[in-house]
Amino acid sequence: MNLSRDQLVDLYHRMWLIRYFDEAARALFMGNMLRGTTHTCTGQEAVAVGACAALRRDDYITSTHRGHGHCLAKGGDPRAMMAELLGRVTGYCKGKGGSMHIADLDLGILGANGIVGGGIGLATGAAYSADLRGSGQVVVCFFGDGASNQGILMEAGNMAALWQLPIIYLCEQNQYAEFSPSRPFIAVERLEMKAQAFGMPGLTVDGNDLLAVYQAVRGAVERARAGGGPTFLVAHTYRIEGHTVGDPLTYRPKEEAALWKSPERDPISRFGRRLVGELGFAEADLESLRQKARADIDDAIAFGKASPEPEIAALWEDVYA
Amino acid sequence: MRELSYRDALNEALHEEMTRDPRVFVLGEDVGRYGGVLQVTRGLLDKFGEKRVRDTPISEAGIMGLAVGAAMTGMRPVAEIMYIDFSALAMDQIVNQAAKAHYMFGGKTRVPLVMRTQGGGGRGNAAQHSQSLEMWYVHVPGLIVVQPSTPYDAKGLLKSAIRDDNPVIFIEHKLLYNTAGPVPEGEYLIPIGVADVKRLGNHVTIVATSRMVLFALEAAETLAEQGIQAEVIDPRTLKPLDLATIVQSVEKTGRLVVVNEGALTGGFTAEVAARVQRAAFDWLDAPIMQVATEDVPLPYNGRLEFEAIPSVQDIVLAARGALYWNAG
Ligand SMILES: Cc1ncc(C[n+]2csc(CCOP(=O)(O)OP(=O)(O)O)c2C)c(N)n1
Ligand SMILES: [Mg+2]
Repeated sequence: MNLSRDQLVDLYHRMWLIRYFDEAARALFMGNMLRGTTHTCTGQEAVAVGACAALRRDDYITSTHRGHGHCLAKGGDPRAMMAELLGRVTGYCKGKGGSMHIADLDLGILGANGIVGGGIGLATGAAYSADLRGSGQVVVCFFGDGASNQGILMEAGNMAALWQLPIIYLCEQNQYAEFSPSRPFIAVERLEMKAQAFGMPGLTVDGNDLLAVYQAVRGAVERARAGGGPTFLVAHTYRIEGHTVGDPLTYRPKEEAALWKSPERDPISRFGRRLVGELGFAEADLESLRQKARADIDDAIAFGKASPEPEIAALWEDVYA
Repeated sequence: MRELSYRDALNEALHEEMTRDPRVFVLGEDVGRYGGVLQVTRGLLDKFGEKRVRDTPISEAGIMGLAVGAAMTGMRPVAEIMYIDFSALAMDQIVNQAAKAHYMFGGKTRVPLVMRTQGGGGRGNAAQHSQSLEMWYVHVPGLIVVQPSTPYDAKGLLKSAIRDDNPVIFIEHKLLYNTAGPVPEGEYLIPIGVADVKRLGNHVTIVATSRMVLFALEAAETLAEQGIQAEVIDPRTLKPLDLATIVQSVEKTGRLVVVNEGALTGGFTAEVAARVQRAAFDWLDAPIMQVATEDVPLPYNGRLEFEAIPSVQDIVLAARGALYWNAG
């Protein structure tokens, strides 16, 4: 494995950042501090962090409605994110986007998306652009198992394969789409088989194993950068919480989530065990990384809360470039 | 009379129509087992089974395409598109297929489908979940566009929409589901294309749609305290528009305010203003006032969002303006 100690430390810290960010988002939402809807990616941290660990800073990602993790994994600033959730002018989108619409073009984050499958087409366009410009950039397009049923995937996937575009379609099979299990809505036996229809390799990976995700994405990224074309990668994981914050989860057995929350399956616990068991990290170091993440999120909340709301005049700004 | 929520009134309409006519079936995301994200299709699956209450994949183009084909071949689908914003993904099926088939094929086919959806802002759902896109559909010949504002209208109009032989775009409002109002027991229909005078008055006419009807009625209360009697008209159907009822009122009041939650430019208020000035030019004593949403994507931040969409106060000011009552 070609990750340095510092990188491993960073990845572990980032997973906790995501966990605590979403915990905070949930608490703020329940406390009526947020508007609209908020989605958490608790239990899916390894997909976001593992995938983005294989990317350069100037590589692109497209994200989804469940996007806090993707954004933090690509290097997003928790302060600007939290301020955005709170609708403050210091937020990533000046308070105009909210939880579902965070973007940071400097980090290659082409935006979370309120439209299921909404990122798939534009991710493919970014890959086309990278190819045209000869920039060597690669795109990771995150989307859900539910989103895999959107027609745009058929169109964009075909184009990416036709033109050998540098893109990884990363489908997070978290087993749910909104208030239903996703499996009964996907006719094909295994999701990665959809790749055959596009004419690109279809791979699968344990999405709760950070290093496995990293290796899989890294392989696909290297191939894409070398002109080898797109990859369809399915990461198996689990949506531990409800579809939205406040979802009473009446449609699935409680034991199921409990199983995925257990240390055997929890992606952060799993990575922590590998760090200690195989890679010689001390428990105490991991604990302090966790504490640091918690402090970072506390700081982000304080920053957001202390930030002003936008002035009314901002309503008419940024409508046109 | 008993009170029902907007949600339950719609639910009752679906139960009744599905019982009455075996050709009626429902499809959409989470409409079956979950009973609909907005719980409008609750209880249908148990009563009518999986084939007539179909949970679909997240495939809006597929949902509407399936509805068009089923409608052309003898069924009466009621497709739910969770947010009107997502209907953009199904636009070809609605605009190029459903709306055109009857005319284009020389009257040889019918497309009796209903697309149930909901729109509107006011709860911080931001730019991709808050739009009022009714005018997209009003612009397309061949489509009927309905927007009920009360539980009573919602039930009666949904039943009529299901029985209509044309594609009907049935637009609910996300902030109306929990509102309650009188709904009689037993069967009734509200005809498509007929406006309702929600409040009588003789100083100014306010035409408003969907949730804006509630705002207009609130504004009328405020105006009444100031000595202005506003007549509030809800067209209920945006297309075909019941112009006669509006013109009749304008002939009485001589003043018109039109309120709609869609963006101002190219919107419903302009459409009504154009028609009324032609039909009742001699009766007008003031320019027609337009109250609509600012021409911006809806922002997440509450302060900004409430500034963008019409408020009760905006309507009060517009009505006073139509009477030249504002200071200055
Ligand atoms: C075009 C569109 N259709 C429907 C929705 C409503 N919706 C939001 S999230 C979601 C489920 C998405 O499932 P999946 O792609 O598996 O992502 P996950 O929520 O599991 O991360 C649905 C149906 C939407 N936002 N956009
Ligand atoms: Mg999913």
